[in-house]
Amino acid sequence: MDKIKNLADLRNLKDKLQSKTKLREKSEVPEQMIQVKVAMATCCIASGSRETMNYIVDELDKRNIDAVVTQTGCMGYCYAEPTVEVTLPGKEPVVFGYVDARKADEIIEKYIKAGTLVEGIIPVNYQKIENN
Amino acid sequence: MADYKIHMLVCGGTGCKSSQSQILAEHLRTEIKNQGLDDFAQVVGTGCFGFCEKGPIVKIIPDNTFYTQVKPEDAKEIVEEHVVKGRKVSRLLYKDPKTEKIVMDSRGMEFYKKQMRIALRNCGVIDPENIEEYIARDGYSALGKVLTSMTPEETINVIKKAGLRGRGGAGFPTGLKWEITRQSPGSEKYVVCNADEGDPGAFMDRSILEGDPHSVIEAMAINGFCTGASNGLVYIRAEYPLAIERLKKAIEQARQYGLLGKNIFGTEFGFDITLRYGAGAFVCGEETALIHSMEGGRGEPTMKPPFPSVKGYLGKPTNVNNVETFASIPVIINKGWEWYNTIGTEKSKGTKVFALAGKVNNVGLIEVPMGITLREVIFEIGGGIKNGKKFKGVQIGGPSGGCLTYKHLDVPIDYESLIAAGAMMGSGGMIIMDEDDCMVDVAKYFLDFTVDESCGKCTPCRVGNKRMHELLTSITKGNGTEEDIDRLINLGNVIKDTSLCMLGQSAPNPVLSILDNFRDEYEAHIHDKKCPSGVCKALMRYEIVEENCCGCTACARACPVGAITGERKEVHRIDPALCIKCGACLDRCKFNAVIVN
Repeated sequence: MDKIKNLADLRNLKDKLQSKTKLREKSEVPEQMIQVKVAMATCCIASGSRETMNYIVDELDKRNIDAVVTQTGCMGYCYAEPTVEVTLPGKEPVVFGYVDARKADEIIEKYIKAGTLVEGIIPVNYQKIENN
Repeated sequence: MADYKIHMLVCGGTGCKSSQSQILAEHLRTEIKNQGLDDFAQVVGTGCFGFCEKGPIVKIIPDNTFYTQVKPEDAKEIVEEHVVKGRKVSRLLYKDPKTEKIVMDSRGMEFYKKQMRIALRNCGVIDPENIEEYIARDGYSALGKVLTSMTPEETINVIKKAGLRGRGGAGFPTGLKWEITRQSPGSEKYVVCNADEGDPGAFMDRSILEGDPHSVIEAMAINGFCTGASNGLVYIRAEYPLAIERLKKAIEQARQYGLLGKNIFGTEFGFDITLRYGAGAFVCGEETALIHSMEGGRGEPTMKPPFPSVKGYLGKPTNVNNVETFASIPVIINKGWEWYNTIGTEKSKGTKVFALAGKVNNVGLIEVPMGITLREVIFEIGGGIKNGKKFKGVQIGGPSGGCLTYKHLDVPIDYESLIAAGAMMGSGGMIIMDEDDCMVDVAKYFLDFTVDESCGKCTPCRVGNKRMHELLTSITKGNGTEEDIDRLINLGNVIKDTSLCMLGQSAPNPVLSILDNFRDEYEAHIHDKKCPSGVCKALMRYEIVEENCCGCTACARACPVGAITGERKEVHRIDPALCIKCGACLDRCKFNAVIVN
C-alpha cells in the first residue's frame, strides 16, 4: 500500500473508494434519487433479470447518473419479464416490460435522462398499500 | 471490479456480538457464496446501530430493510428470499410496538426519526476495521485540510466558534481548552483521549471506539497540530476488549497509510498514538486521577489548578478530551462552525449521545440535538415505558447526576437546563425508572457505587458517603427517623462542599435530588414503615386474608422456614418474626389469600 503523502493523494484515494460506501449514503435519501426496482422472483431471474440489474447498475454508474437500484419480488407481470419499475423524483412510478440490455439502454437514455417515455410500458392496473 | 449491488450491514458492536452476530455474518457470507452471488452482495461488519434492544441487527442497503433479533440460522432464509428473490423476510422485520405494523424502511422507525447522528455518523454504516471505508466517507480530509491550509490558531477558532463543549460531563468549552494547552509553555506536550467510561449503564464511548475508531484518531492528530503535541495517548479501560482491538487495528492502518507517524500529508507535522489501559476505577475518569494512573501512580485526583492543560502528564501541558468530543471534531472542520452552530440551543451546541437504559422499550444508543426534551427522548425515541407501566423517574448523568421526575419531562436537554433542574448532563447515561422502582433503593444503589469507587483520599467522600449509605440502609429497613432526612441533607451538602474532586462533589446528588423530587417515598419508609413500590424487603409483610383462606395447607407446605401455621380447613397465619419474605406462599396459593403489604 502506498502512503498518503499529500492532500491530493487522499482525494484520489477517496474518489477511488467513494463508490464502495456510496450506496449506503444514497439509501438515506432515496426519494431525492432516481429509483429503479428490478423484479427478481424466480420467473424474473429465469428470464434474465439479474443480468438486467447488473447492466443497469453498471451503466448508470458509467454514465454518472445518481440512482438507487433495488430488487423486489414478483410484480405480477410474469409474461413480460424482466420487468423494471422506474421512479423519477416527484413522478409516479412507471413499469417497463421485456427489459433486456438493449431496452435498458433505451430506458436510461430516453426516460431516465430526458424524461421521454419509451415503448414497452405496462399500464399499472393495481394499487399499492404503502405500509410505512 | 464492479461495486456490490447489495450491502448487508451486520452489527458487530459488543451487544450484538455477544448474541452471535459474528457467526451470523459468517453464515451470511457462506450462503451468498453458495448462491454464487459473491460479486452481487457484500456482508459488512459494522459498529453499533444503537437499537441494542432488538439485536443482532442486520440492515440491508439500498432498500433500508431492518432485520432484528436475527439468529445465525436465519442467514439462509435471508439470502434465499431477500438477496436472491427480492422478497423481505417479514417475520424478522421490525414491528412498531404501538401500531403493531411492520416497518419496511428503517427510516420509518420512531427510534431514528428524531435522532441526529454526528459523533455516531459512521457507527452502523462503515466497517470499523477497514480504513478505506472511513476514507470513502470523507475520513482524514479534516486532518488534511487543517495541516495544509489552516494555522493552529484558525483551527482552534473554528472549534471555539462552533461552541463545542466537553462531552465527558462538565461541558467545558473545547476550543478554550485547546487554546490554553497551546499557550502553555513547553516543548513537549500531550494529547490524551479519555476513554475511561465508568457510569453504570453507559456505553457511548465504547460504541464510538468500536464503530468508528478512526474519527477519534483523526481528531487527536488535529488536536496535536493545534496544541503543539506530537504524542497522543488513549486511556481506555481494559474491560473494553473489542474497542481496544479495533482501536489498535485502526492505529496500525493509519500508520500504514502515513496518516500517523512523521511528515503527515507531506508537512513537518508528526503524530503518533499509544494506548494505556485502565483497571476500571471510576475515579480515573477524572482527568488528574487519569493522568496519575497513566504515570504509573495511584489513580487519585489532585487539586486543580494547575490544570492538565498547563501541567499534566509527566508535568507537561496535556490536553484531555473525551471520546465523543473528539469524534465530533472532524465533522465540524469539514462542514464549518456555522453549520454546527445551527444545531442545539444557545449555550449548548451540537448533539449529545445518550445510552438509554432501564425500563424503556427501546434500550440503546441514541444521538439527539441539544434542546430536545426528555419527553421526546423517553416516549418517542425510547418508545415509552416497558409493559405499559407508569413512568416514575430518570437518572441522568450517572452516579454523579440527579434523578428527575415527570414534572421535568419538558425540560430541554442542555447543560444549563439540566443543572437548573437538579441533574447534570454527565457523560450521557440515562436510566429510566417505572412505578415498580423504589426511589430510596435507587438512591442507595448509586451511593453504593460511589462508596465502592471512592479513592479514599479525602474524608468527606470516604467517610461521609459511607455514613449516608448507612442512613439509607436503615431507612430501607424501616428503622429511619424524621431526623434522618435532615441528616442526609446536611451531610450531603458538606460532602459536596468539601470534597476535592467531582466524584465526591457529586456523589450525594442522586440522594439529594431524589429527596427533592420523591420526598414522599422517603417519608413512607420512615413514618408508615412501608415501601410503596414493594422493593424494600424488610418493609414487606406477607399476610393471609381470612375470608379467602380455605385451609388447603399449600402455603404451609411451601414455606421453607415453617412460619405458617394452621390446621387443615382452618384459616392459616404467617408469623412475621419467622417469615423471610421469600414469596413461596404467594406463588403457591390458588385462592388469592396471601397478600403483601
